[in-house]
Amino acid sequence: MSEQEKKEKKPKVPRQKMPEQDPIERAQNFYEVALGYDNDLALLEASRCLHCKKPYCMSGCPVEVDIPDFVEMVKAGDFIGAAWKLKEKNSLPRIAGRVCPQESQCESKCVLNKKGKGEPCAIGRLERFVADYAAVHGGGKLPELPKPTGLKVGVVGSGPAGLTLAGALIKRGVAVTVFEALHELGGVLVYGIPEFRLPKAIVRAEVDELRKLGVEFKTNWVIGRIETVDDLLEKRKFDGVFIGSGAGAPLFLKIPGENLNGVYSANEFLTRANLMKAFLFPQADTPVAKGRRVVVFGGGNVAMDSARTALRLGAEEVTIVYRRTMEELPARVEEVHHAVEEGVKFKFLTAPIKIIGNETGWAVGLNCQKMTLGEPDASGRRRPVPVEGDFFDIECDTVIVAIGNAANPLVPTTTKLLETNKWGNIVADLETGKTSKDRVWAGGDIVTGAATVILAMGAGRKAALSMMSTFGVSVA
Amino acid sequence: MFEILHKERIGPGVNRAVISAPDIARAHKPGQFIILRTHDEGERIPLTVADKDAEKGTITLIWQEVGVTTYYFGTMCVGDCLHDLCGPLGKPTHIEKFGNVVGVGGGIGVAPLFPITKGMYGAGNHVTTIIGARTEGLLIMTEDMKKVSHETLIATDDGSFGIHGFVTQVLQGLIDKGDKIDLCVAIGPVPMMKAVVNVTRKANLPTVCSLNPIMVDGTGMCGACRVEVGGKTMFGCVDGPEFDAFQVDFDLLMKRLAMYKGPELIALNKFRETDRGCQCTFPGGAA
Repeated sequence: MSEQEKKEKKPKVPRQKMPEQDPIERAQNFYEVALGYDNDLALLEASRCLHCKKPYCMSGCPVEVDIPDFVEMVKAGDFIGAAWKLKEKNSLPRIAGRVCPQESQCESKCVLNKKGKGEPCAIGRLERFVADYAAVHGGGKLPELPKPTGLKVGVVGSGPAGLTLAGALIKRGVAVTVFEALHELGGVLVYGIPEFRLPKAIVRAEVDELRKLGVEFKTNWVIGRIETVDDLLEKRKFDGVFIGSGAGAPLFLKIPGENLNGVYSANEFLTRANLMKAFLFPQADTPVAKGRRVVVFGGGNVAMDSARTALRLGAEEVTIVYRRTMEELPARVEEVHHAVEEGVKFKFLTAPIKIIGNETGWAVGLNCQKMTLGEPDASGRRRPVPVEGDFFDIECDTVIVAIGNAANPLVPTTTKLLETNKWGNIVADLETGKTSKDRVWAGGDIVTGAATVILAMGAGRKAALSMMSTFGVSVA
Repeated sequence: MFEILHKERIGPGVNRAVISAPDIARAHKPGQFIILRTHDEGERIPLTVADKDAEKGTITLIWQEVGVTTYYFGTMCVGDCLHDLCGPLGKPTHIEKFGNVVGVGGGIGVAPLFPITKGMYGAGNHVTTIIGARTEGLLIMTEDMKKVSHETLIATDDGSFGIHGFVTQVLQGLIDKGDKIDLCVAIGPVPMMKAVVNVTRKANLPTVCSLNPIMVDGTGMCGACRVEVGGKTMFGCVDGPEFDAFQVDFDLLMKRLAMYKGPELIALNKFRETDRGCQCTFPGGAA
């Protein structure tokens, strides 16, 4: 094929859409919304990749996946090979393929996007496809492990940062023990992100693969209570410790009525629904208020997850209340789009003032104030300004507060000589994860504050590399 | 893991079990609690540890059957294992030599009071313990308490054992007698703790209580256990479970504890229809 022909042929194939469950149907169930590419769709989509000499896409990936190479292997129909290529850099591709905000990372840098020639190559969808394909057809083959180095590392928290670090270290002959506070492994991947976006079976399979590689896991193990980071270093003689304990301390609005029954933090609502499987109640024992009229405060991905979960639990009406407008919503466009499709309502330019309760202590309504957009603030977004005297009530029985998380102090405050910032986050070098304390690294939300799964994975990977160079382990 | 080594009925619907949990037994301090799950798809419920033996590697749990999980736990037998056991959780009790300490335990609240009493006794305090229950059959741990108290006063609401009356009346009696009391620790049903505060506040007697809000994770991640203390929202699991009783909004706590009354009944009734839940046939179930 001549260069000329290539140029003419490429743009003809449009970006392949992700097959999805019908919105009306899926709003009634907890099955995954996105169904994934099949072989044909994957081949078509991969054919769109220009295999650029200078792959900008890679610079957009926090874990530096060799994107052009793996897509090239998809093109050639070598799906298993492509999965192996992915896994060289990303231990959790089935998860990343589902929850990464590719549109602001690899795909935003794709040349097909940049030159305005069309939409970017759907790298995330291809990642998901090959990782799922390998899980089904890969025969459970594991990478060969090098000789043990004799080094051992303790990991606090089994969320995306800790799991990524564990995967990277075990493949270099470093023994890893992961300590998890909850009864299930995966951190936010199992308690926070809903089943319909990330099936728990996938998290379990990814964790099982790490276990097969030799990673040890200890659940129900709260570092800071049963033992401290200092114990891990001094008593257990770990060569290094990585803290990836997450943000995990829910923020509330500090408005009257916030402790009424029916008012949840998004963390609690999602933990009940996901980790504790309240959607199966009373088959599973943990209940959650199946609100009739649900209001969610906040505009991020967690707010979208909460609203869509409430809908699936059987709420008649779910409204997201946000102080700014659609344009300023911090959630992924795709998540907002899904929420709208499923019937979630939005009330923009609205600030909650007070939650109204009845005599038995249950929330029955929400008193709000109208807002308008003023001058841009430090974040560059236009600041919401209250409209004087413009108050109104919204009837509701369940309120979910999804305005973010502060750092959980349990680990930072029980570790000697560990520097934290004024918000309680652990101070760590963003390139290496090194903290103020010798032999202790940290990464993910406990360092950055609430961010994304892939940034936590990136932090885990960087800390693993830094540990190996500190210990003198070959990273080649 | 977490095998039940010993189990007995110590009252109607009240059980005591010794569980193998060496790591928790080693780390546990008075006042701290655990969270358990009896089975997969079970709830996470908090229970305050009633006693421990670090050498044997065991902890003792005492619980009353009120909801699906406590009933389920009641059907478990020696040799069975808890599905999950997480702890110790919460801040330990502040134990030092205060002088004269009065412990007030009501109903099942006597269980969490025991390790605190033991700790206070061990720290050289003069310990007076007041134990109360509705009726004689519901009194628990009286003999254990006597071993770690200089004086033990027992009261029943119906007068079937000991002093006829409420623990608050006994406490009022001590105060009226003019005994110098430096600290009161009160653990029991919320109305009891509230009533104790009404007595101790007037006497200006510093009082600590241990709260039992609904919890999920127990590590400060979900906020289900929100309580108001001194007008501020706190998390029972990480800021507590013990608080300055004068500052606690007990009415709010009571309302929040009732949040799942409806669903709790649904779950319990469903459980009772199962083989395990049918108390007439299941081995561990009979009273």
